[in-house]
Formats: sequence, structure tokens, C-alpha cells
Amino acid sequence: MKRSWFRRWTGVANRGINPQGFHVSQIPFYLVLLPLSVFMLLPIVYIVSSAFKPPDELFAYPPRFWVVNPTLKNLRDLFARMATAGIPASRYLFNSLMVTATMVLASIAVGSTAAYALSKKRFRLKATLFAINTVALMFVPIAVTIPRFLIIVRLGLLDSFWVHILPGLAMPVGLFLLKQFMDAVPDEIIEAAQIDGASDWQIYRRIILPMVRPAIATLAILTFQAAWNNAETSALYINNESLKTFPYYLSTLTTTATGANAVAGQGMAAAAALILFLPNLIMFIILQSQVMSTMSHSGLK
Amino acid sequence: MPTSSALRKWLYHEGNAYAFLWPYALLFITFIVIPVAAAIGLSFTFFDTIQAPRYIGLRNYITLVTQDDIFMRYVLPNTIRFAVIVGPGGYALAFLLAWMLAQLPRLPRTLFALILYSPSMTASVAMAVVWRTLFSGDQTGYLNSFLMGLGIVQEPIQWLQSPQYLMTIMILVTLWSSMGIGFLAMLAGILDISPDLYEAAALDGLKSRWQEIFYITIPAMKPQMLFGAVMAIVGTFQAGAIGVTLSGSNPTPQYAGQLIVNHIEDYGFLRYEMGYAAAVSVVLLLMVWFFARLANRLFLSKD
Repeated sequence: MKRSWFRRWTGVANRGINPQGFHVSQIPFYLVLLPLSVFMLLPIVYIVSSAFKPPDELFAYPPRFWVVNPTLKNLRDLFARMATAGIPASRYLFNSLMVTATMVLASIAVGSTAAYALSKKRFRLKATLFAINTVALMFVPIAVTIPRFLIIVRLGLLDSFWVHILPGLAMPVGLFLLKQFMDAVPDEIIEAAQIDGASDWQIYRRIILPMVRPAIATLAILTFQAAWNNAETSALYINNESLKTFPYYLSTLTTTATGANAVAGQGMAAAAALILFLPNLIMFIILQSQVMSTMSHSGLK
Repeated sequence: MPTSSALRKWLYHEGNAYAFLWPYALLFITFIVIPVAAAIGLSFTFFDTIQAPRYIGLRNYITLVTQDDIFMRYVLPNTIRFAVIVGPGGYALAFLLAWMLAQLPRLPRTLFALILYSPSMTASVAMAVVWRTLFSGDQTGYLNSFLMGLGIVQEPIQWLQSPQYLMTIMILVTLWSSMGIGFLAMLAGILDISPDLYEAAALDGLKSRWQEIFYITIPAMKPQMLFGAVMAIVGTFQAGAIGVTLSGSNPTPQYAGQLIVNHIEDYGFLRYEMGYAAAVSVVLLLMVWFFARLANRLFLSKD
């Protein structure tokens, strides 16, 4: 009885890559990973803990990591407070939701159609265009902030809803991942559909999109995180307070709060940081298995 | 009419492809290609945003190399030091962690992967709150309070304002958030390697775990290794804002945490010397491109 238990947990099948169960040889990995995970999680635990701290605990001396008497006061304060221009926090949150939802849907539409053309259509510039996109993977947006700013001014996008969306839609990484995935869809399926009289649009919509669902989920996560966390667009391109987003609002909470405001400010900032973090986490947990399967196709070739 | 039939033929063969491609291409050209081209163009001009850009040839680049004392004394060495530790260091760490995770059963693996990835999900504005409190300069800062409690230090240390600590903290914070999609790609790559390969290698007399990593694991997942490398390089150079976020000022205290990205912002948006800032941007893009090429060489060698 005892021996079979022992074998079940320590058998050869449980050694090496992708084991089925526990094995003694895994202990060293746990010894490294457990303390490291605690270290990685500390700042995030701190956000959660601070978000529920009453003021006297936020500024207790010596500082205490864990919240003792959790309260929802910070969250209530956050939503009760009007920003300087008379705009409530919920307005920023609403803007963020709109921007993020539009971004995710539009980037999937734009990225997947382009990836379909680059993967399954034959045309002269195909290889060149894909090569340019691969170079653009290395693009560092901050390096061209200035020309980008000038272009956005020229296009009259300053102070509009669309400035949140358009500049970030063409994501070289997203196109790259989608194309790698579509390359794996066998051409025979598409040829068969063509013989049956399917148009390009039907092939894209009915065959390709369902087959590359994991890659789309991954792109959705990447876009979601980029859009939801983006404070820069609001800071650089938007003057109209009512069009700014939640992360920008959070940055004002932490930088402008002084004196008596700083006390309330820190609690609210922690609450806002938590609101900013949670949706990312939930999205990722729901879609993580899809992400992992996309990543096994993610090689540069 | 030959032209119209040629056009029709082109439409039939290639037009459909462009019909699918144009939205992406349009946005890509507008917001990526043109800005890069414009940055290159502006880098040869004097441009203060008020008057029209005036062509001055290579003078910006010459000034950068010969007269920009701050760039040569602080910014460039800082950037190289930061990039060398965070880039290869973060990359090696991501691979090792992915490799360890791959040897755990599914449930603990998923949990650990989630925990290690979670810092990449946090917005830098949100984290600024956290770092500033943890490293706060008075005795109410968590780190100061902790160290004073243990009796290691007597006086609170101005972590984020003192030149000798700022860079180290910047590196730690960036490493903390460096397990991003490159890390996930490598983890997936390792899990995807067929177990037969390892069995064959064991029969061929491969003994140690290290041999296994270098002769089987890495060669079998070169594409993911390359993807991870490119993401690490881009992430490293993009993380430049961290010094300003932490210390709350640009320039950072005594230029201790000044990286190229901050130098660009300093000249572009604080001094409005856009031409000069553009020249620095071009240098930055060239650096990223150079290192990415290097990674390409390493992992795409014909074998």
C-alpha cells in the first residue's frame, strides 16, 4: 500500500519536462521558486493591502504591511472625489473602458485581416512587408515621441477620442503572432473551401478566425494590457479633462497630492492601483491556457 | 486596352490581398514608418518647435559625440550598465525560471507562471505609488523601517534620491517586471519539445542537466529563444522611464539614473531642442536594431 503510493508520486513519469505528478527531484525547484514568488508578489500584495487600509494604518509608524481593520473608505473616497476640473473618477473609468474595448476589438480586426493576407494570399510585396513588420517588432515608441506628436497634430487628432485608439492599433507583435499561427493552418482546407466557392471573406471569417482562436486571445490580452494601463496618451495628446483615462487620473493622484491631501491621496491611489490591476489579472487567468498555446508558435523564422 | 486588363488581372490576383491588408498598412505607415522617417529627417536639422526646421547636416550628431558632456559622462554609461544587466540578466533569468517551471506538474506550474508574470500586468503609474512608499526616504519607508528594526542602518537612507542607490533600485524594479511574453514564449517552447529527444540523448550518453539544456533544450526551441531575446531587448530600452518615475524628477538626481530615453525627453520636451532630441532618438533606434541583429545572429545561425 505504502509502496504503491510512493511509486505513484515518484515514478519515472514524474521526472523531467512536463511531469504528471510530484517527484523528489522537483524539490530544489520549489525551494527556489517559492521564496522568489513571495518576493515577486510582495508589491502586489502591498497594493491590495493598502487599498483597504484606514488612514491611521496607512501612516502608522513603524509602517505595517498587512491591513488590520480593512475598510472600503478609500474606494468610496475615490469615487466621491471630483478631479480639479469637476470630473468624477467614474468618468475616467468609463473613458478607459470605452478606449480599451474599442482598442481590443479594432486591433483584432485590423491585425487578423492583415495577418490573413500575409499568411495565405500570394502577392508580390508579401515577403518584403512581413520583413518590415519583423523589423518594426524592435520599434521603441518613446524614441519617436516627437515626430509622432507632430503627426498627430497634423492629422487633427489632438483632443479627440480617436487619439487613444489609432496610434496603438498597428501592433507588430500582434500581427507577427497571428501570422505564425495562420501559417500552421493547412492550405488544403482553404483550397477545398475555394473549390466549394467560398470567397476570401468567407474563408477568413469561417475557417481562419475559428482556427486561430488562441492567437486572437493572446492579442486581446496584449492589447488589453497596453490600452488599459496607458497613461501617456492622456498626458501627451489630451487637454480636455473629460477625455482622459483612469491611469492618467491615478498618476495625478500620486503626483499632485500634497499636505492634508497626501494622506487621503495615498489611500485613494492604492485603491485606484488595485482597480487598474484586477482586470488585467482576471483577463489573464481566463485566457492563460490559450496564451500558452500561442506562445509555442511564437518563433521568429 | 492593355492597361485596364492588366489592372483587372492585378486586382484579381493581388487586389484581394491588399483589401485585407490596407487598414493595418495605413496605420502602420502613419504611426510607425513615418515617425521613424521623420525622426531621421529631423535629426539633421535645428528645430525649436517655433521656427521651421533648418538643415544643419550632421551637426547634431557631432555635438552629441564631442560636446554633450552629460550624454558621454552619465547617460551612455548608465544606459549600457542598465542594459547589460537588465537585458542579458533578465533574459537568462526568464529562461532559467521557465526551465524550472517546465519540470513541475501542471497546477503548480500554472500558479507560479501566473505569479511571475503578474508584475508585467501592472501599470507603471500604479507601481510608482508602491515603489515610492517601499523605498521612501524617511523612517516611515518600509525598507528603512525594516533595516533600522534589524539594526543594519542607524539613519534612514534616501534610497531614491541618492545617486549610489538609484541605479541599483532601477535595475531591481525592472528585473522584477521582466517576466513578460518572452518568458511565456520560452516556457511554451520548452514544454513543446518532444520527450523522445531527451530519451534519445540519454541513450547517447548525455548525463548532466546542463548538457541537456545546452545540447537539447536550447537548440530545439531556437525560435522561442529568439522571440524572447527580441522582447528582452525592446523591453530593456523601453524601461527607460523608470528612473524618472522612481525619483520623481527629470533629470534624475545628479544624473544617476539618466538613460537615453530620459535624455530625449529632457531635450525634446523640457528644452524644446527637437532636432537634437531626434538625433538622440535615432541613436537609440540604431542601438536597439544592432542588438536585435546580434540576437538574430546568435539564434538563427545555420546549423
